[in-house]
Amino acid sequence: MVRELKAEAKNLNFYYGDVHALKNISLNIARREVTALIGPSGCGKTTFLRCFNRMHDLYPHNKYEGEIILHPDGINIISPEIDPIEIRMQISMVFQKPNPFPKSIYENVAYGLRVRGINRKRALDEKVEKSLRGAALWEEVKDRLNKLAFDLSGGQQQRLCIARALATDPRILLFDEPTSALDPTATSKIEELIIELKNAVTIIIVTHNMQQAARVSDYTAFMYLGEIIEFDRTDKIFTAPSNKLTEEYITGRFG
Amino acid sequence: MAAIFEKELSDLKGTVLRLGSMVEKAISDSIKSLVERDSKLAADVIDNDRKVNALDVEIDEEGIRLIALRQPRAGDLRLITTAMKITTDLERIGDLAVDISERALELNEEPQLKPYIDIPRMAEIAQGMVRDALDAFVKRDSALARDVLSRDDMVDNLNWQVFNELLFFMIQDPKTVSRAIKITYISKYLERIADHATNIAEMVVYLVEGKIIRHLG
Repeated sequence: MVRELKAEAKNLNFYYGDVHALKNISLNIARREVTALIGPSGCGKTTFLRCFNRMHDLYPHNKYEGEIILHPDGINIISPEIDPIEIRMQISMVFQKPNPFPKSIYENVAYGLRVRGINRKRALDEKVEKSLRGAALWEEVKDRLNKLAFDLSGGQQQRLCIARALATDPRILLFDEPTSALDPTATSKIEELIIELKNAVTIIIVTHNMQQAARVSDYTAFMYLGEIIEFDRTDKIFTAPSNKLTEEYITGRFG
Repeated sequence: MAAIFEKELSDLKGTVLRLGSMVEKAISDSIKSLVERDSKLAADVIDNDRKVNALDVEIDEEGIRLIALRQPRAGDLRLITTAMKITTDLERIGDLAVDISERALELNEEPQLKPYIDIPRMAEIAQGMVRDALDAFVKRDSALARDVLSRDDMVDNLNWQVFNELLFFMIQDPKTVSRAIKITYISKYLERIADHATNIAEMVVYLVEGKIIRHLG
């Protein structure tokens, strides 16, 4: 069904201590397409998303089993031999609430590049502009790049976070309910941006807003109690899902 | 909220059924007006079409309202789009019953050409197809819908048979041409009614299975 793979979860299990949060998940992530993870609160969608850039490593007692293979090189993202810091540059996360650093607009975007040891002004300038353009923010901030990021509106801050994520040329962008703190206009801008970004990068998005999943994604996975119940093309899921549980959730009968 | 929407959907289904029973009655009354040469009944069928048209508009408006306000998905979305499409077919069936009644009015002014045997049979099959297609819609019964589809050929064959028989009359005696052509029309209208019932049954298969099966055969 999925044409070209960017990533592949294989028999993935995840434990918060004794709590078995993800149960034997296998899922294909299509290259340069948007995959949405939906499901009721506590179904494991955010837990699953966080596996992709090893966010769970920040807490002890968390345990992964199985594999998440990143294509085309075939590395297993969750293998202990893989450096989580490097993974987070390649697979970046945009969070629910915009979380810019207490720095200038410019430095927010340049941050990841500096971490990578890029300090030449010309190279930084180019990359910062390209990333801000990529996040559809350049025109609004090009005259005040040295202003504090907190001076921006919520929607602009979120696009700044997207620019910051883009700066390190990520292979996958993870969005964790990226518009839940934004108004409808800012939401619509972010959604348009997501659709534009998939020309260059693979996207996985967790959203509570089913209509958002319908609007922006190509594939949808419905999760429940730590399992993938159904995975299919988004148009199929929203017009004729195969599974009764999916049907009930999609039509608002539960969850 | 889910309970309110549930009721709105069930009301919409109810309105489609109401339209369906009006249209079924229009078919049987139009044929009765022909067979029993009851011109008053034919006039009633023509007059009642206003009610059919009003329900057609009502269902469309309600469907559009639900799509806009409830953002229906999956089975709910298929139910609303199916209801709206079925309604178009039902309204056309109503128009065909009016056409039959108009020809009946004309034929009732002249001596009867022949006893009507195949026409009532066709009407009975076509009306049964409409009734069962709507039954399948309400019960989400795709097996019954497929059974309706299988009956369309019977009506097509009868239509062909009626045409050939009337052709024979016309060749034998040119004075019968005007009446024979009108009966041929009625036969064709019934054949079209069966086609609309087929459309409804195909939509029911989509409603239940999520598969569009028309134009596959």
